[in-house]
Amino acid sequence: MPYVAVKGGQEAIENAEKLLKALRRGDRHVPELSLEQIKQQLALAVDRVMCEGSLYDPDLAALAIKQSWGDLVEAIFLLRAYRTTLTRFYDSQPLDTSKMNLGRRISSIFKDVPGGQSLGATYDYIHRLLDFKLAAEGNEPVAPEAEANKDSIPRVIDTLGQEGLIQPEEDLNSSSTPVDLTRQPLSFPTERDGRLQNLARSDEGFLLGLAYSSQRGYGKNHPFAGEIRMGEVEVIICPEELGFEVAIADITVTEVQMVNQFKGSKEVPPQFTRGYGLTFGYNERKAMSMALVDRALRAKELGEEIQGIAQDEEFVLSHSDNVQAQGFVQHLKLPHYIDFQAELNLVRKMRKEHDDNLFSELNGDESTKKDNETNLEKKSRSMESQTS
Amino acid sequence: MLNSESNNNEFNFAYLDEQTKRSIRRTLLKAVAIPGHQIPFSSREMPMSYGWGTGGIQVTASVIGKKDVLKVIDQGADDTTNAVNIRRFFEKVCQIKTTTKTTEATIIQTRHRIPEKPLQEGQIMVFQVPMPEPLYFLEPSRAETKKMHALEEYAPMYVKLYEDITKHGSIAISYDYPVMVHDRYLMKPSPIPRFDNPKINNSPALQLFGAGREKRIYAVPPYTKVKNLEFEDYPFEIEKWDKACDFCGSTESYLDEIVINNEGDRLWICSDTDYCEERQRQGTENREQSK
Repeated sequence: MPYVAVKGGQEAIENAEKLLKALRRGDRHVPELSLEQIKQQLALAVDRVMCEGSLYDPDLAALAIKQSWGDLVEAIFLLRAYRTTLTRFYDSQPLDTSKMNLGRRISSIFKDVPGGQSLGATYDYIHRLLDFKLAAEGNEPVAPEAEANKDSIPRVIDTLGQEGLIQPEEDLNSSSTPVDLTRQPLSFPTERDGRLQNLARSDEGFLLGLAYSSQRGYGKNHPFAGEIRMGEVEVIICPEELGFEVAIADITVTEVQMVNQFKGSKEVPPQFTRGYGLTFGYNERKAMSMALVDRALRAKELGEEIQGIAQDEEFVLSHSDNVQAQGFVQHLKLPHYIDFQAELNLVRKMRKEHDDNLFSELNGDESTKKDNETNLEKKSRSMESQTS
Repeated sequence: MLNSESNNNEFNFAYLDEQTKRSIRRTLLKAVAIPGHQIPFSSREMPMSYGWGTGGIQVTASVIGKKDVLKVIDQGADDTTNAVNIRRFFEKVCQIKTTTKTTEATIIQTRHRIPEKPLQEGQIMVFQVPMPEPLYFLEPSRAETKKMHALEEYAPMYVKLYEDITKHGSIAISYDYPVMVHDRYLMKPSPIPRFDNPKINNSPALQLFGAGREKRIYAVPPYTKVKNLEFEDYPFEIEKWDKACDFCGSTESYLDEIVINNEGDRLWICSDTDYCEERQRQGTENREQSK
């Protein structure tokens, strides 16, 4: 009976999947999680998955979280893979976030702002103490109530714009369609629309680290949180065949406008500059990080010296997508024995030559040394002929 | 939408929608027209991870039809987990016929090997590519490498090979060994061993290369000149073994080294399972006939 190398990939895969499903379900005496529970009680996880998964659908995001055993990057991957299969019908009109139905709105650059500040639901000012009462079930807290502000609330940093103290935001006129990275690959150098889309889909942790590095001197940034607002906005489409606008959904978004100091250059007078962050759902940490990195990546356009990694568009944008990154890092789990065999053969050959040379040197073999020198001369000649 | 019972009609033929497949085919046409030149394409998320063959899968999905017969190999073998997984993906989303026989296949998707049996006209080889850019370890910026390709500025590559020779006595690239395609573009053949490089040259089959994460497609059309980088006095060489396959006795195939016990004893067997099995079958038949 000859030795048989590893076989049976098919059966192994099937068993691995069955085992995973069983372990994911856990102890059968514990009730199974419902999608509704995930959507309601793990809403921030759902928001993150929708944002980085680039698909606004809380039901599907909840399913992805359940299916991924709580691994959010895996859930994002599932959602992206599903998204691929969907047909695109329309592009929406730009969202008007000044008409947001606000759930939260703060500004750190003015004590008070027109329309007022509203904390909303936030951990910002809660002591991070483990709440042991929460460990018991039967918690039924009641939300405080307030009159809803129905007025349209202008964005805080527009007040700086009135004085001409902040870099104006360029209007995208209707003739230029923004880049869409799900339909065309990113190519360098990039424009801001492509960068912002990339950042909106980026891994939160990656952006957080980059944003942090820009605050710690790797690419000067000097940011202020001009305004952070979170709430529902209308999504409007204007189908050509109808010729008028139709609101198709209300979605929750988080928008961050960072204000950054700028000392001015030969072309541009001293003023404040902007960094912009926008995410699906309530994703404030991500939206703030995005705004810092967006501003850092504008270094070239503002003629700033590139000193930090957060300012390097190729570095940032090529490594920001966690679906891509997790895949390539983890592909090292796949068999590589063909390449390894090739390396093994090469190392053995090089090792043998190394040992042979050492042996002849120890024996003071003058003729070998001479041969090596003539070989080197030949090499340099042949290289010249190859490269010319 | 949330029905957990999946049925195959949920997905379009070959998973991707027709528009996407058409856009990939347009890229493929461009790639065939400019052999060895990397063409950007809008790679989609697939239900497999990036780095696990999404480029090859998208290329296969775009060219496959209902009458095609698909073979999928990884490391030369049809039964490694990744090969099994990709094959059953296409079985599920295409309901097409699959095979392990190189001669029967119309499309062969591969990772890390080219089959031992010579390819024929009409066959398509689809390579899974992790890093399409041959210059990336000399120049990480793709904006720069794009210029280098445009200007045919490949001198740094030759300098690297020369430095290898001065440092190691030979060119220290054992797989994904760079080639010049049609005397114009420097190309990576994907991480196949050097042993397989000569098979790309002047092949009767159409060879397509897909890099999903890096969003690039390139191609070597049938009967195209593909030359391995070398120097006059340091010619390109392929790996050689002073052993024969322990199963089929071949001395002409790429051999895998397998450690079989704690004493470190080894077996050497063909990495191409189809080639090896056929030789074993023929061996048995010949013995029976001679009885």
